[in-house]
Amino acid sequence: MTIPPRLGRLARRARRDTGFLATGVPVHLALVPVWSWAAATTARTGNWALTLPVSVALVLSGVPVLTVVQRYRHRALLGVDIRRSAPVPRRWSPTTALRWLSSPRAWRQVGYHLLLGPLVALSELSVLVAAAVGLAGATGYGWVWALPAGVRRDWFGWATLMPCYTVLGLSLLSLLPWLAGVVARAESRSAAALLGPSRADRLQERVAYLAGSRTDLIEAVDAERRRIERDLHDGTQQRLISLAVNLGLAMATRPDLPGEAREALAEAHLEAKAAIAELGDLVRGLHPAVLEDRGLDAALSGLAARVPLPVRLRVELPERAAPAVESVAYFVISEALANVTKHAGASRVEVTVRRVGTVLRVNVTDDGLGGADPSGGTGLSGLAKRVGSVDGVFRLSSPVGGPTTVTVELPCAR
Amino acid sequence: MRAVIAEDSVLLRVGLVKVLEMGGFQVVAEVGDAEALLAAVEEHQPELALVDVRMPPTFTDEGVRAAAVIRRGRPRTAVVLLSQYVEERYAADLLATNTSGVGYLLKQRVADVQDFAAAVRRVAEGGTALDPQVVAQLLLRRGDPLAALTPREREVLALMAEGRSNAGIAEALTVSESAVAKHINNIFAKLDLPVADADHRRVLAVLRFLGASRG
Repeated sequence: MTIPPRLGRLARRARRDTGFLATGVPVHLALVPVWSWAAATTARTGNWALTLPVSVALVLSGVPVLTVVQRYRHRALLGVDIRRSAPVPRRWSPTTALRWLSSPRAWRQVGYHLLLGPLVALSELSVLVAAAVGLAGATGYGWVWALPAGVRRDWFGWATLMPCYTVLGLSLLSLLPWLAGVVARAESRSAAALLGPSRADRLQERVAYLAGSRTDLIEAVDAERRRIERDLHDGTQQRLISLAVNLGLAMATRPDLPGEAREALAEAHLEAKAAIAELGDLVRGLHPAVLEDRGLDAALSGLAARVPLPVRLRVELPERAAPAVESVAYFVISEALANVTKHAGASRVEVTVRRVGTVLRVNVTDDGLGGADPSGGTGLSGLAKRVGSVDGVFRLSSPVGGPTTVTVELPCAR
Repeated sequence: MRAVIAEDSVLLRVGLVKVLEMGGFQVVAEVGDAEALLAAVEEHQPELALVDVRMPPTFTDEGVRAAAVIRRGRPRTAVVLLSQYVEERYAADLLATNTSGVGYLLKQRVADVQDFAAAVRRVAEGGTALDPQVVAQLLLRRGDPLAALTPREREVLALMAEGRSNAGIAEALTVSESAVAKHINNIFAKLDLPVADADHRRVLAVLRFLGASRG
């Protein structure tokens, strides 16, 4: 006779859950002797001063051990992984112990082992008792037949009682997998909630993870811009310059060409030079090599000198900021100046970059028409996003009639 | 005159050789990085080194640093730096060693073959050639004291900072040389610069005023 697979699975699971519950009882009751001893001794002698510190010390030193045991028990018997709420210190010292004691997770663990533990043990015990009773009832006939024949003869009504016991036992046993499963699940859930990371811990972890991955992303984007800049610099730009040089050479060495050919050459020459200038501005906007090499202040002169109106540039930086911050500041000023040139109708611009405490403050002010709108798709919304990517603050003041001021504050750790 | 070229783009090197030969130079060596450049200068002792700023291995300012080494060790070799972008900081580094016999020009200027050849010749003969874009950056850095100048005087100052002679400035602005001389005197008076007769001394004074040279 073969056991149907579903029944086999059910039996295996019931065995696993019951085993799990059985091992829980001693662990959950481990602290009971401590406080019952404390209560009894105090009642007998009335000496709080001795029993209280001793029992507290015992509980506090027992709790971490019990937590480790519970983690192991859940993993080994249920396959449930209760995550640590914080990394384990490499070595225990008074400071790490104090830090542990002052953390909410320590008190969640104490609460679990001291208060919830006995309750869990009670529910575990009731499941085990139900299992024992069920087993005893279901095998009742066996017990009866094991008794001496005389006892059966004198026991009036056993033949009626026994089937009832048997039915009761079998129904208890059939309920057992479900009952053990419910209690085991409830236990592992409460253990995960109190011994594992709390919601705040999990959120903190998530925030740390997201902040890290955002930083990686920004760095990756910057690296990509640098790569594109390098590729264009070493490839396309050199090719274009070479083309313009060859056209220039052709014009210089062949003055004997007919007028039309000369004109076409001159035209091509001009076009090539215009393309070089245009591509050059674009590529420098990606990531100027001098920014890495000499920092923000040095990179800004090239930027400001390209603006077709007078620029006043003032940079006061005692030291270089982090590359990511420099790169965002450069991008902001580059975009802001492009905006002024395109939209503002200004006659002059002022750019100031200052370090104020732990903040790099960038100001770009123009005397144009004002009325700039960050939602108007003028690149201002892109600016705000780029600033936000490094936890910076972006402010725009642009009353109609001007002046327009873009203020950006970028945090830079000292 | 003999010249050495340091440029990592082989494509452009071919064009540079042709342009220099048109300008009457004899190219004695072509190299692709700063180390080979210093070796070639040591070996050939040319009158001119035409040097790309961004070269292997780091592609940042190799050329600028090599130029400083050459100007210190072999003052008789003039150096013209070429770059896709000109940066005033690099110009300052270059001019800090010596303002005569140095040039710093955008690569795209090579396309204007005759002008470029003339500028290189000027440097090889002990003059200075700074790209208008470098000068624009230098002027920007000295915005406040320049407010006293008229627009025309600013133009003259910029052309002077590029390293042009009075005749060159007169030609660029299509005015007489005496008018240029008058503008220059006004500029020197307004900016409180020491009066000097020789073209080169005047360029030096202007560059020093613009903060591009400490030498």
